[in-house]
Amino acid sequence: MQVTSSVRKPLITGGKTVHDVTEDICRQVEGKPSKSWLLAFGAAATAFVIGFVAVAYTLWEGIGMWGLNKTVGWAWDITNFVWWVGIGHAGTLISAVLLLFRQKWRMAINRAAEAMTIFAVICAAMFPVLHMGRPWLGAYWALPLPNTFGSLWVNFNSPLLWDVFAISTYFSVSLVFWYLGLVPDFATIRDRATGIRKTIYGALSLGWDGAARTWGRYESVSLILAGLATPLVLSVHTIVSFDFATSVIPGWHTTIFPPYFVAGAIFSGFAMVLTLMLVTRKVFKLEDYITIEHIELMNIVIIVTGSIVGIAYITEFFISWYSGVPAEQYAFFNRMQGPYWWAYWSMMTCNVISPQLFWSKKIRTNIAATFIISIVVNIGMWFERFVIIVTSLHRDYLPSSWAMFYPTLTDMGIYLFTFGLFFTAFLLFAKFFPVINMAEVKSIVKSSSEKKAA
Amino acid sequence: MSDSRNFVLGVFDDEDVLLKAVRTVRGAGVKIDEVYSPFPVHGLDEELGYKRSRLPIAAFMFGALGTSLALTMQYWMLGVDWPMIIGGKDFTPLPDFVPVTFELTVLLAAFGMVGTFLVSSDLKPWKNPKMLDLRITDDKHVMAIDLGKNKSIDAKTINSVLRNSGAIEVNDKEVED
Repeated sequence: MQVTSSVRKPLITGGKTVHDVTEDICRQVEGKPSKSWLLAFGAAATAFVIGFVAVAYTLWEGIGMWGLNKTVGWAWDITNFVWWVGIGHAGTLISAVLLLFRQKWRMAINRAAEAMTIFAVICAAMFPVLHMGRPWLGAYWALPLPNTFGSLWVNFNSPLLWDVFAISTYFSVSLVFWYLGLVPDFATIRDRATGIRKTIYGALSLGWDGAARTWGRYESVSLILAGLATPLVLSVHTIVSFDFATSVIPGWHTTIFPPYFVAGAIFSGFAMVLTLMLVTRKVFKLEDYITIEHIELMNIVIIVTGSIVGIAYITEFFISWYSGVPAEQYAFFNRMQGPYWWAYWSMMTCNVISPQLFWSKKIRTNIAATFIISIVVNIGMWFERFVIIVTSLHRDYLPSSWAMFYPTLTDMGIYLFTFGLFFTAFLLFAKFFPVINMAEVKSIVKSSSEKKAA
Repeated sequence: MSDSRNFVLGVFDDEDVLLKAVRTVRGAGVKIDEVYSPFPVHGLDEELGYKRSRLPIAAFMFGALGTSLALTMQYWMLGVDWPMIIGGKDFTPLPDFVPVTFELTVLLAAFGMVGTFLVSSDLKPWKNPKMLDLRITDDKHVMAIDLGKNKSIDAKTINSVLRNSGAIEVNDKEVED
């Protein structure tokens, strides 16, 4: 028998029974799509199509269509890449790290957060692939293939190559983790369905029958996958930060990058989970499963990671002064006072100041405030990457080559494309897959559900 | 050989009652074929006397395979097949090989273990399981007792043992093999 302290607030409200969980979650999958869903899907698909024009244009004309120049060779592409990978951190963190810490509140949000992870990583991957210019000629050069494809082996000393391994491993392991969690829930839908739906969900459920022997193995697989995924989550953004930290560009060449990037990634990932979950719970009427308690706990993670990010900014700034290296000092002076001062101060306001509002219990339990701050945080995190990348590059060692970066319509179109891709995929997931892990939530109904009023 | 099996199914709606019932039923000398649940019940496999899963060992073996493959690949490619001077470093600097080695270890451990799990539990898209009760994937736990394997005890006794241990329903089910 599971014992939960009476001090803990219930994780499921409304006196739900195990059967209610099945009904509430399956209802979205089985019913016709609602008007608000169709509207949202239409908007996302439109963004996808419009953005695709920019993608096609880039592939046709080449990356000369982007705003890059000789001085700023990396800008929106890598900013968006790092931003999306960062967002993709929350899903596996919630399901793996919180599983190891036995945090039961993860159960209501892990499924959607993992889906978000997978879609965000797909969006991120668009940028390096498009940056190859003609990816059909060269995408496989990133893989360790024999020299008949080229002349040499890949360079295992390069962080860019480590990134290929890190992100593809992260993507595939997260996908497996997510799918494995879906299997018992697909079986639930299968046993309620008839006709073609029964066949499709039956195939997806891999013939799951709920036997104790299978559940036992399933539990040990989940635990070990969580154990494997935990260092994996931390490694991904660490390796992404190596792309910068191992270079010799002032503003990039710092050892603080790995922890600072990981904290920032968790920060933006949780913000995106909140943005999505606040909408999902409203549209699908899941207020009894994703409660104010859940929102508050996620907001606490945002204060913690937001403060780590704030301390990292200040440390980085202090070290650049303390180092006594003029180029390093100038890089940071230029961030604050140079032509991109507005980006720097937007980053500081959105990332360092706005999450501190969550110290107030009133704000962190307020849905509207949480929704706004969650979006503000992600705007801030986008500016963080823009500041790190563009302001470090645009004024390099040689003043005669100083330049500015201005995005083109194609840059903006590709960013829009990834938004369209992300929301289209998420909406399809939310409609056709169970958005809450039913099997896991059912296992805590007895211990953590609000008792029905007598 | 008959090609159908006769089951007595004890239906439970509470996981703690189920756990106690498994102990009572096994104590009465009845062999339980399997217990089906809508969600994982902690301690159920111990009560049923199942051995601990050896999947962690499989994960470790696959992980070790990943580590050795990754190291062999990198040492062979950059150290043996085509050594290159990159940034004045050694041909085979071990610290630079750590990230790829780590990622391949995790990748092979995860995929190897999940693959082993799917094979050992016989989970595959084209499998059509014979569900003894459709409520198993909803909200009921079902204890299945195969009469063919409990020939020494008559069905009535099994029935009353199940009822006394808290089953809310006891049903008979014939399953074609």
